[in-house]
Amino acid sequence: MNNENLTKPVSRNGLLLGLFAVITVGLVVLTFTVSEDRIIEQQRRAKEKALFELIPEQAMDNVLLEDTLPIDSRDLLADGSSDLAYIARKDGEVVGVILPVMSTEGYSGKIGLIVGINKDASLAGVRILSHKETPGLGDKVDLNKSDWLLDFDGKSLQQPTLDSWNVKKDGGEFDQLTGATITPRAIVKAVRKALVYFSEHKELLAKKPSPTPTTTEKAGD
Amino acid sequence: MAKSAEGTNSDAIELLDLTDKPTIDYKQISSDGLWTKNAALAQLLGLCPLLAVSGTVVNALGLGLATMLVLTSSNLIVSLIRHQVNDTIRLPVFVMIIAALTTCVELLMQAFAYELYQILGIFIPLIVTNCIILGRADAFASKNLPLVAALDGFMMGAGFALVLVALGVIREILGLGTLFANMELLLPFAANWEIIIISDYSGFLLAILPPGAFIGLGLLIALKNNIDDNRAQRKAAREDVPVAGSKRVRVTGNIS
Repeated sequence: MNNENLTKPVSRNGLLLGLFAVITVGLVVLTFTVSEDRIIEQQRRAKEKALFELIPEQAMDNVLLEDTLPIDSRDLLADGSSDLAYIARKDGEVVGVILPVMSTEGYSGKIGLIVGINKDASLAGVRILSHKETPGLGDKVDLNKSDWLLDFDGKSLQQPTLDSWNVKKDGGEFDQLTGATITPRAIVKAVRKALVYFSEHKELLAKKPSPTPTTTEKAGD
Repeated sequence: MAKSAEGTNSDAIELLDLTDKPTIDYKQISSDGLWTKNAALAQLLGLCPLLAVSGTVVNALGLGLATMLVLTSSNLIVSLIRHQVNDTIRLPVFVMIIAALTTCVELLMQAFAYELYQILGIFIPLIVTNCIILGRADAFASKNLPLVAALDGFMMGAGFALVLVALGVIREILGLGTLFANMELLLPFAANWEIIIISDYSGFLLAILPPGAFIGLGLLIALKNNIDDNRAQRKAAREDVPVAGSKRVRVTGNIS
C-alpha cells in the first residue's frame, strides 16, 4: 500500500474500515464454508427424526425425504400455504403417509402438525411441529409437556366413528385439557381432516414413486 | 439504547481506575468479572437474553457459553488491533468484529447443536447487541494487552453465564420440577442427567414466564448485595475490635 497517497485521514480511515469489512466477511465466509455441509446434514436429520417418530425407519426402504408429494389443499393447510407429504414405501408398496396439517383454530396463532397414517388408514401418530399456545395450559398438547398427543395412536375414522372425532366437551371421545379446550379441539379437528383427506385421496397418495425435487430450505422452517 | 449508553458510561468510569494501575492484577480482573462487577448482577447489562432464555438450565448454559465465546474472542481481537484503529473508526470496527464473531458462533451452533440452536432462536444473533460485549471491547480490551483482555472477556462472560445458569436452575426447579432436562441437546454425553426433583409436578407458570425471570434475578441481586454487606460488616468489625479495645483501656487509664 502506498502511504504517501493516503495523506487525508478520511481516505485512510475509509480504507481501514474497508479492510476490516473484508477481513470480517472473510471470517464469516470461511466459517460458513467449513460448517455448511454439516448444517445441511443437521437440518435434514432434524426433519427426518420427526418423521421417523411417526413411521419407524425399519418399516420402509425408500428415502423418506425424497419421496414427497406437494400438498396445497385448503382442507389440510388452512392458512393456504403449501407443504410436502412424505410417502414411506417398502418394496415399492406404500406402507404409510405423513401429511402436513396447519390449523388456524388454535388459541393463539397457527398450529403446525404432521400426521402419520398407515396404509390401513389408522393413525401412526401425530406430532406438533410449531405452536404458540399458552404455556402451562394449551401447550400441554406438546409431547414434551404431556402424553395427550399419544391418545391418537392407532385411531382411525372407524375407531372412533366420525361423529366421535371431537373433544369430550363437544360430545366426542377425546379428552380436553384442564383449562384448555380450544387447543385440543383444534388438533382433534386437524387430525380428523387429515384422515378424511387420506381416505379421499388414496389413489393420489398411492401412485408410483415419481422423482419430485426436494426443497432443502424447507428443512429450516 | 439508553441501557447501552449507561453501560458504556459506567465502564468508562471503571476504566479510569484500571488504567491508572501500573501493574495488571489478574486476581482483580477475575473477581471483578465473576463477582464485584458481574455483568448481570452489578452492571445489569444484557438483561434481555438473560431473562428470555433462562427457563431451563440447558438453554441458559447454551446462551451463556455462546456469549462467553464471543466476548473472549472479541476482546482478544479488539486488543490485538488496538494500535491500528484510531478513535474515529474504533466503534464501527468493533461492531464489525463482534457481528462477524457472533455469526460464526451461530453457524457453529447450527452445525454442532442444531436442536439447541432452534430453541435459542433469535437470541443467538442478538448477542451482537449485548451491551456487555461492546462495553468490554471499548472500555477494557482497547486499552489492554491481548491476553489480559482475553482473560477479562472470559471472566466477564463466565460471570454472565453463571448468573444465567443460576437463574435457569431456579426457574427449572420451580417451573417444571426437573433439573438438567434435555442436557443432551448441548452435551451429547449428558443424556441421563435429568433429575426429577418433584415427580408429577403440574408446573408453576409464573416461574416459566418472563415475570419469573425478573423475580428470580431480583432475588439473586438481593442475595449478592446481602453477601457483600455482610462481608463489609465483618471486615469493619474485624478492624474495629482492636481499636475499640485499646480505646477502652486508654479511656479507663486516662480517667483514673
